[in-house]
Amino acid sequence: MITYVFDGSFEGLLTAIFEFYEYKPKAVQLFWDRHYQPSMLEEPHIVTSDPAKADRVWKGLKKKISPEWLFNFYRTYLSEDPVIFQHLFEFARYVFDNPPGAENNFGNPHVMAVSKMNRMVGREKHRFTAFIRFQQTTDSIYYAPAEPDFNILPLISSFFKKRFADQKWVIYDVKRKYGLYYDLNTVEIISYEFIQNVDTSKPLLPANMLDEKEELADVLWKDYYKSTNIPARKNMKLHIQYLPKRYWKYLNEKHEKN
Amino acid sequence: MYDRIREKLSILADAAKYDVSCSSSGSNRKNDNKGLGNSHASGICHTYTEDGRCVSLLKILLTNHCIYDCAFCVSRKSNDIKRAAFTVQEVVDLTISFYRRNYIEGLFLSSGIFKDADFTMERLLRIVKKLRLEERFNGYIHLKTIPGASRELLTEAGLYADRMSINLEMPTETGLKLLAPDKSHEEVKKPLGFIQNTITQYKDEKKTGLIKSIPKFVPAGQSTQMVIGATPETDMEIMYSAAEYYKNFKLKRVYYSGYIPISYDSRMPQIGSQPPLLRENRLYQTDSLMRFYGFEVHELLNPNNPHLDTDIDPKLSWALRNPEQFPVDINTADYRMILRIPGIGTQSALKIIKARKFGKLRSDQLKKIGVAYNRAKFFMRCADTPYQLNDPEPSHIKGLILSETNSKYLKVAQNQLSLF
Repeated sequence: MITYVFDGSFEGLLTAIFEFYEYKPKAVQLFWDRHYQPSMLEEPHIVTSDPAKADRVWKGLKKKISPEWLFNFYRTYLSEDPVIFQHLFEFARYVFDNPPGAENNFGNPHVMAVSKMNRMVGREKHRFTAFIRFQQTTDSIYYAPAEPDFNILPLISSFFKKRFADQKWVIYDVKRKYGLYYDLNTVEIISYEFIQNVDTSKPLLPANMLDEKEELADVLWKDYYKSTNIPARKNMKLHIQYLPKRYWKYLNEKHEKN
Repeated sequence: MYDRIREKLSILADAAKYDVSCSSSGSNRKNDNKGLGNSHASGICHTYTEDGRCVSLLKILLTNHCIYDCAFCVSRKSNDIKRAAFTVQEVVDLTISFYRRNYIEGLFLSSGIFKDADFTMERLLRIVKKLRLEERFNGYIHLKTIPGASRELLTEAGLYADRMSINLEMPTETGLKLLAPDKSHEEVKKPLGFIQNTITQYKDEKKTGLIKSIPKFVPAGQSTQMVIGATPETDMEIMYSAAEYYKNFKLKRVYYSGYIPISYDSRMPQIGSQPPLLRENRLYQTDSLMRFYGFEVHELLNPNNPHLDTDIDPKLSWALRNPEQFPVDINTADYRMILRIPGIGTQSALKIIKARKFGKLRSDQLKKIGVAYNRAKFFMRCADTPYQLNDPEPSHIKGLILSETNSKYLKVAQNQLSLF
């Protein structure tokens, strides 16, 4: 067993897979450098992300697995889960070392682990197409902060671009400190400097930054949310199952009753 | 200063909420005019209310003024409630303002009947046209078909709406006549049939490929709703009626709405009695078994079993009534039979079919795939199933399953006992 340490990037993961086939150790334990604790007993192999190597692995995967699975592989990576990185590594080895179609063997523990996490990331992505709440600012940019469990911004970018083609918008990942900005033409990745006037620790923008129509929209939405509920059918267990509390912070209809 | 619009919204959202459809799926309208919005094939629930229902659309009535006096409806003429009406512009503004903030997938617009059917339908149509043509809105629109509206109006509405629906209200004609003497199922069948035929015509024209761009016509299809528990129909009558409408009108969905007492009318359950939520749940389970699991309605409900069990779900119930069909061998059976094993859903069944090509599946793999093994094990065999001399009695299996899953069912059942 040899230890590989990589930088946590997708390119780094693919490079690690390349270097497995380069050096052919028996087995590899893959670490994200952020979580790696050096020890006296072992000399880890440091994987340096290499675009050329990563590209060869990506092309190799492309030949082996269906386009859907290729996308799932990337999507699963976005979970940023150290255990899943190891499964992705083993998954790649498994499909490279077996005839085409191996990715459908749900009896294999790595295929199943990747498939499960893929669904979780997919669900989180879907949730954020639903739970993003824009606030209209005085300069007519629609702003939405978010704290998704996984790094799903790359997955929702085209959804929001297509849907809100005629309005400028910003979606900002407060946890990961980067965001997306759509300027009516393209979506750009922005860093925290882009919104440095905004206190990202608060879910709502201050009144002086908001368009005059924002207050009414917010009030009416809360009214609607209340009116459309049927108290005789109250079922809080189901409510929280569908709308876990960790998402409430950015859902204005869940802010204290007005 | 916002008081007037706030009051209107509260009244007209409250009056619309008994229509349970919240679906925003099945359409494919694209935003290719650089306007606002599109529709997402699988639908999106933007939030959930405390009753656990999804909020996907802004669901409102244009007005709750109504010339009819249907006993089961809050907006009935004789009910002493506040009345309100939106202007066309107000509905358009609300929809756009909510949509731009990503609160909703679109609009669900219904209305009480004021003056007459055509007058009401024409007003609904005006809103939808304004959204599509002036606001270039491509989000989801679910529009109510007003019974008795002219074919010209319905045809035009279908060009702008994604889904249209018209409610059966009660599962049988007899039930409907009891509570709404002015209405009949015939009046519902006519427009359902007319719109279905027009959908088919548009699809056929598209298939010929002669004309390049055929406009969309009700791309997400039609649905209907019936109220459950206000009138004394059996589960069998309800589901046979649903099956008939699925078949004859190619409906996308039938919704079952447990009656929530809103009236002191002596013909119906009294105010304060609990809505029949468990029964509603069992009906939806039956509906899914028909739509996704390949069951025929008569397998689940028939003169020998006119009611669904309350303590177990209809799929388990069917399996226990048909012990000769089991156990099913996971490693050789076809997809159809695997789907019929209690504890295995469509996702797991598909994975099993794919995975068994690589070798016989064992119980530990099935558990990882997502099979509810403690339930499924009584009805299936896999590579490591121990040999059994004789199969246990169905009643014994039922006892074992109930004892393991008691918390969920017991809680629901106790909560429900008071209803019946």
